[in-house]
Amino acid sequence: MMNGTWKVDARDGKLAMAHIYVAFVALALGGLAGLLQVLVRSGKFELPAGISYYTILTTHGVLLGLVLTTFFIIGFQFAAVSRTAGTLSDRVRFWGWVGFWLMTIGTAITAFYILIGEASVLYTFYAPLQAHAGFYIGLTLVVVGSWISGFAMFAHYAKWKKAHPGQVSPLLTFMSVVNMVLWLICSLGVAATVLFQLIPWSLGYVDRINVLVSRTLFWYFGHPLVYFWLLPAYMIWYAIIPKIIGGKMFSDSLARMSFILFLIFSIPVGFHHQLVEPGIDPAWKYLQVVLTFMVVIPSLMTAFSMFATFEMYGRSKGATGLFGWLRKLPWGDARFFAPFIGMLFFIPAGAGGLVNASHQLNQVVHNTIWVTGHFHLTLATTVVLTFFGAAYWLIPHLTGRVMTKAMNRLAIIQTIVWSIGMIFMSSAMHFAGLLGAPRRSAFSTYGDAPQALEWVPYQIAQAVGGTILFIGIILVLIIVTNLAFFAPKGETEFPVAEVAEQAERTPLVFENWTLWIGIAVVLILIAYTVPFIDMIQNAPPGSKGFKLW
Amino acid sequence: MMHMHKYEKIWLFFGIGSLFVFLAVLGVGAFAQGTQPPSCLTTIDPEKVDQTPPFDKPGLVKTGDNEYQLNIVASAFAYTPNQVEIPKGAKVTINVATKDVIHGFEMAGTNVNMMVEPGYVSSYTQTFDKVGEYVILCNEYCGAGHHLMTAKVKVVEQ
Repeated sequence: MMNGTWKVDARDGKLAMAHIYVAFVALALGGLAGLLQVLVRSGKFELPAGISYYTILTTHGVLLGLVLTTFFIIGFQFAAVSRTAGTLSDRVRFWGWVGFWLMTIGTAITAFYILIGEASVLYTFYAPLQAHAGFYIGLTLVVVGSWISGFAMFAHYAKWKKAHPGQVSPLLTFMSVVNMVLWLICSLGVAATVLFQLIPWSLGYVDRINVLVSRTLFWYFGHPLVYFWLLPAYMIWYAIIPKIIGGKMFSDSLARMSFILFLIFSIPVGFHHQLVEPGIDPAWKYLQVVLTFMVVIPSLMTAFSMFATFEMYGRSKGATGLFGWLRKLPWGDARFFAPFIGMLFFIPAGAGGLVNASHQLNQVVHNTIWVTGHFHLTLATTVVLTFFGAAYWLIPHLTGRVMTKAMNRLAIIQTIVWSIGMIFMSSAMHFAGLLGAPRRSAFSTYGDAPQALEWVPYQIAQAVGGTILFIGIILVLIIVTNLAFFAPKGETEFPVAEVAEQAERTPLVFENWTLWIGIAVVLILIAYTVPFIDMIQNAPPGSKGFKLW
Repeated sequence: MMHMHKYEKIWLFFGIGSLFVFLAVLGVGAFAQGTQPPSCLTTIDPEKVDQTPPFDKPGLVKTGDNEYQLNIVASAFAYTPNQVEIPKGAKVTINVATKDVIHGFEMAGTNVNMMVEPGYVSSYTQTFDKVGEYVILCNEYCGAGHHLMTAKVKVVEQ
């Protein structure tokens, strides 16, 4: 089972670490922007020097939603494929660096136009608000860079397959490939709107833009994007956590099956972000709602698998009773504790997600701050705490250091601080959203409307939670800096779990890419062809660009 | 076929079973009872909203016994009209169109919540059974004055 090296090659480690540095710089700056936002929204604080709330909001969304995630994920996956399918070839590593620099330069260009106030269009950049062309060009470089890194990973996988005919690929490599295939298919949508609509329009080559087509292409990308964030967390849960606690993986085949289901069902679902908008027939919206809910199946499988792993481990250590196994888990180990808390937060996060995607219930919460509360549970807690937990062994593994007991204790405190901050902030957001408070808005009492005044106490609670979370960001930055530059030299394990003895052999069918990508494409065509043709055939006159900030 | 643990089969059977019951409830609500999200298919030239009926004369119009149309024009950063009185119990079809960028149209405390996009009319019918004051606000970012874009609806005794 164990192919490849036990230690990630130093050159591959450098590539992975370059990505991770950018990710944590983005966390620092994006986190600061988040702190400023919650303070403004409390109504007790105003931004100095005429800085716009919406510039800060755009910065926050782009840095944390796009930069932190994409860089950490690609860095982690390069390390994971190198660890499990062998050291990267010089060519693959070269292209990995090309991808890294394109993404970094693209980020710098985009950030520049945001910070000079030429692109306060938020990270969803809905037309006909028109940013400077440089904003879109920078984002294009980020996406193209990520594609190059994706193809580098595919090439590495193909080489492994050629060298091991008829063998099942290493699980983490397989999962990385699934995630990059998902990313590639979905980012074609955002690339299409940026390259064929937004860039020519912002440069003045065309006057008008079809707004609904642009939004639809964006959301074709926007939902699978969240699975692109989530799947690396699932990789860590399935294939790494069992090893950290000292147990075995429950089943290799079920893990692969759940990843394939995510690949198939996370793309043809973008309409659930467009449920309350005109121009789309509700029957097509309902079809995509049904497809959206199919990801419940792999999520249930994952939940079962995780807790089965934990229970099997606890019982193997002599635990008795219904829940005795809980006590055997390594609560003092931050590599386990942070991702585990992330898993727990996924329970309310998932439940809220069901509400959001429900055909009718969406109308109650759409664009209220409930939605912001929701994705601060999914992305900003479940995914991010899992990434932090991974950083606690990945960074010292790659830099040849070890995490001290003191740093481990700080990481446990960090997780607790994060949980407390998020319970305050996210709960307040959920409740205020149910009362109607909008997302993505600076402080306002809407002409002292009695309803809007009711939201203010919740907004103060958000500021309290957000401030606690910012302390959490400072703590994780201290830990990460220590692990990268100051921790004692030594060997840290890159944990990779083995499969339990009683689990079945994994069939090769999961690597029949033609089959799975074929099914994904067919579902996308079924879900999108007719409504998309409708949008173009019945299109209203297009829109000129507006710069209203 | 892949082997699954007995407990996992039970877990997935009830999980997937309740998922399909849930989707059936949504489907019956949508197609048998007609509770669909706002999905108006009418288009409009975004540069001629002010000249296109009914938006050339925005406001509340009585269309039948206890039935009304409320036509509203959205633009950065205001709704026209921005004060409306609605008689209690009225069934009101709200039509909104934008002259510039995308806006939101949310009446806090009710189910009225829709995207307003250039080129389309957004429409939703709501019956107002409770007397009171409701705030309408823009919940989709539209520029520097986004958080100041608001209107007021008063539901009053007939």
